[in-house]
Amino acid sequence: MNRKNILIAGVLAVGLILILQLFNLQILNEEYKITAENNAFKYLVRYPVRGLILDRNGNILVGNKNTYDIQITPIEVKQFDTLALCRIFSLDLEYVREKMKEYRKNRRKIGYQTITFLKQVSSQQYSIFAEQAYKFPGFSGLPRTSRNYPFNAGANLFGYLTEVDNDFLKRNPDYKRGDYVGASGLEQAYEDVLKGQKGYSILLRDVHNRIQSSFADGEYDIDAVPGEDIITTIDGHLQQYGEQLMQNKVGSLVAIEPSTGEILTIVSSPGIDIDKLANISKYYQEIVTDPYKPMFNRAVMSAYPPGSVFKLVNALAALQEGVITPESRVSCNMGYHYAAGKKVGCHAHPSPVALTQSIMMSCNAYYCDIFRDILDNKKYGSVSEAFNRWRDIVTSFGFGHKLGSDFPAELGGNVPTTATYDKIHGKGRWKSLSVISLSIGQGEMGTTPLHLANLAATIANRGYYYIPHMVKNTPDSAARARFNERHYTLVDTTHFHKIIEGMYLAVNSKSGEGGTARRAHVDGLDICGKTGTAQNPHGQDNAVFICFAPRENPKIAVAAYIENAGFGGTWAAPIASLLVEKYLNGEISRTDLEKEVKSWNLLRNVPIKKR
Amino acid sequence: MGYNNYIYRKLDWWLIITYLLLVFIGWMNIYAAVYTEEHSSIFDFSQRYGMQFVWIVTSFLIAAAILFILNPKIYSVLSPPIYLFVLLLLFAVIFVGKEVNGSKSWFVIGPVGFQPAEISKISTSLFLAYIMSQYGFKLSRLRNAITVALILLIPMLFIILEKETGSALVYTGFIFMFYREGLNGWILAFGFLSIFLFVISLAIAPFVAIICLMVIMALLNGLTSREVYKHLAFVIPLTLFLAYLPKILQMEFMDFIPEIKIEYWVLGIILPFMVYAVIRAAKKRMPHTKYIAACFCFSVMFIFSVNFIFNNILQPHQRARIENLLGITEDLKGAGYNVHQSKIAIGSGGFAGKGFLEGTQTKFDFVPEQSTDFIFCTVGEEHGFIGAASVIALYMFLIIRLIILSERQKDKFVKIYGYCVACCFFMHVFINIGMTMGLVPVIGIPLPFLSYGGSSLWSFTILLFIFIRLDLERWN
Repeated sequence: MNRKNILIAGVLAVGLILILQLFNLQILNEEYKITAENNAFKYLVRYPVRGLILDRNGNILVGNKNTYDIQITPIEVKQFDTLALCRIFSLDLEYVREKMKEYRKNRRKIGYQTITFLKQVSSQQYSIFAEQAYKFPGFSGLPRTSRNYPFNAGANLFGYLTEVDNDFLKRNPDYKRGDYVGASGLEQAYEDVLKGQKGYSILLRDVHNRIQSSFADGEYDIDAVPGEDIITTIDGHLQQYGEQLMQNKVGSLVAIEPSTGEILTIVSSPGIDIDKLANISKYYQEIVTDPYKPMFNRAVMSAYPPGSVFKLVNALAALQEGVITPESRVSCNMGYHYAAGKKVGCHAHPSPVALTQSIMMSCNAYYCDIFRDILDNKKYGSVSEAFNRWRDIVTSFGFGHKLGSDFPAELGGNVPTTATYDKIHGKGRWKSLSVISLSIGQGEMGTTPLHLANLAATIANRGYYYIPHMVKNTPDSAARARFNERHYTLVDTTHFHKIIEGMYLAVNSKSGEGGTARRAHVDGLDICGKTGTAQNPHGQDNAVFICFAPRENPKIAVAAYIENAGFGGTWAAPIASLLVEKYLNGEISRTDLEKEVKSWNLLRNVPIKKR
Repeated sequence: MGYNNYIYRKLDWWLIITYLLLVFIGWMNIYAAVYTEEHSSIFDFSQRYGMQFVWIVTSFLIAAAILFILNPKIYSVLSPPIYLFVLLLLFAVIFVGKEVNGSKSWFVIGPVGFQPAEISKISTSLFLAYIMSQYGFKLSRLRNAITVALILLIPMLFIILEKETGSALVYTGFIFMFYREGLNGWILAFGFLSIFLFVISLAIAPFVAIICLMVIMALLNGLTSREVYKHLAFVIPLTLFLAYLPKILQMEFMDFIPEIKIEYWVLGIILPFMVYAVIRAAKKRMPHTKYIAACFCFSVMFIFSVNFIFNNILQPHQRARIENLLGITEDLKGAGYNVHQSKIAIGSGGFAGKGFLEGTQTKFDFVPEQSTDFIFCTVGEEHGFIGAASVIALYMFLIIRLIILSERQKDKFVKIYGYCVACCFFMHVFINIGMTMGLVPVIGIPLPFLSYGGSSLWSFTILLFIFIRLDLERWN
């Protein structure tokens, strides 16, 4: 090879090297193309308006209000009147100085960027600022929306919004820093519906990050799509009234429309104060350290023993199993005596009682007796087998499992199984007497207030229920189908009227006849109810009351569960009946009772665990 | 004219068409690089593309003068005085020149500025051709070698004093011409080896460079003596051992050994083998072994001085550019900014480019010096792989055409001059395009015919057209 050819080969080799590097940069490597976009385009986000949350009558429960984020472009900031700025936004002078110092320190990193200086400034404050904005070069306002709550109610249901954190961003790449996201309640469960879609304007910028122009005259800009509204089944006025009634009490109040399963009102008390909800981050610490746990939604998350209201289920089970007739009577001598000196106590009432009176007067002895009849039924080979049958009937009312409502946090409660008792007593070594407390809704039973309201609705419907739910227009078609389906219990419809008579009399019997819930009586409403008084190992008994009204074509079914109150008839029945009266009549005739209920403060009865 | 017109039919249109294409491509890309909507006419003389048009027209006039008016005999005759005159200019500009971007290399006369360093490429090429075409000149003769070395080194020195190190670097390209004219190939090889060792020393470690050197030398020795397998069997285990030497030396049981630089260890271990190889080669008369041994000695010295050269001779900004290229430091906002942005611009062009005037990186000034030294970015971004590869191909064609034509010359003067021209273009193209793509450290020299600037366009035109005119003489 002569030298000329060597040189030509060298030139070709260098040309090849250049072209290979060109190929590498332009074809193989994606990195540079992405960087180029970030270099030249600036995407200015157009924020969508978040969907509203409406009540069943179209009233706005959760709305939007205009707020502003005050932004700062540190490089454009000149000397300004710090004090005047502090006055406008009622800020601490030190705070502003600290911030400015921080910007100066990071000025290299910030460069020409605009960053947020203050969040969620009210429109009043912003308008003051806007008038004087010329005094503050480098500061500007970015319109955002934040939540407002026209009804002073439902804080626990709606949930709150928080700014996304790093963890969340990692899991959800569609969100960007500074976005808000529902963090609890409906805001969280329906985030996808409510959030809408962000749009953006594309701007071109040069090497100094200065905006040059709108890209292609905005041809590729995308408008924000507002979030969709959520229509709830809640009655805003009733919810607000329910929360007023539950003030200063620990417990729950749940109302369902029996013919649809729609939840009209669901109160967990004490709850989050609605005023704190829009600005939760400020109060967050206070709320989580509150000993009454306002974030805890008792209505769906607390599993309580149901107490005497559970007698209704046992009565229906006994009728279904044919071990009693409505006419069978049981005598009661201050309780059910099952061994020398051993009894399940009862209160003073006329004796002996048949089915109707047993419900009306809530006789313990009657239910001990029939519960033993159920379990000792000769039809079944053993107590265990009879117990399983009983359990099937109980769970068919929705107990012992999640109802499938649209509360993501809903708990299923507990109905014991034979395994539970095999474990306690040994396999086959327990009898009907061993589990006798189940007859009156004590013992190993755990039910949520939602379960109890559902029980009231089931009895109101004479044997079936719709899954209680709170959102009418859920986009989840499977859920919609689920909510439209009747769930029949294992008890025949024909048996229900027999116990409804007892419930009717419990509320509407004459004075002195022994009705336990006479305080729930409202003229003309035909409320049918059942009281319960559940033992609470921590202090006073829990007061329970479930009811529905009117007796024919019921419009509302209610469960009230008040912790550490006392007799259900005394404490829970008035609250539930006031709610029913408010819903059916729109106004309260028993103003004295209403005033009394509102004035009760049962918080001091509640034992607080020391932290 | 006084010459027979018929010889103009023999003009080398290949070179002329390539030249015209490149000039036109340059003009369009300057237009794209500087383009703003307010000044959208390509003939707007307040803008660079308008001015470039002026430079192009004047270049054509100069080219025409060279082809048709000037007597081609004068180049050879006048080359000594021209060379001396340009040397004078190069020297004077150090004192009276205008400072631009930290270098003092511009004469400014009224509105026009020009850089003697640009002309010096022509005068040096001509003078080298003149001296080397003298009867009896032989590169292998020491006296002659020193003469040409001085012809080359004096303008280089002045240019370095003007702080135009990049332009000075172009002169190293003349080594290819020397090679063609009989320079010992080992010297060329040693040049490449030095660059390689320099990079390895800086990017990895000097002792690695020594190991590499040893492997290369052993293989060369093996190849030239046809004993390559023997050499391999010996070199591979030794290399592995040396590679792990630092680890071994760090082990605890080696504590008794005094701490000396790892390079000395490596060298100490290699040296006996080298001495043995040289003695053995001398006995067996292997002709290349003396070169290999010399290469080895010089290279070792070079490796030991790399850090000194790097830290004491190079300017801080040159250090930063080299460190950045080798990935020793990554400073995308500082020293690495230009190259990073340039790579982004080229990379974002993709296969077919974004289209004429559609380059976003180009339009918004992300790449500094885009119409001059970084004009290749605009080609890459707006015309993509197809466009940029075509431009590279055009340059390669130009250079190879120059080599082929040079080889056809009967007149040694023209031949050597042709090779000088080819070397100049080669260095400019390789350094400039390599720089925009991050293959070569940032060295501020223009891309011939494409970069904006009258001074450079004129001098490249003159450089090329003198050769085209001289080429005609072989038909006389």
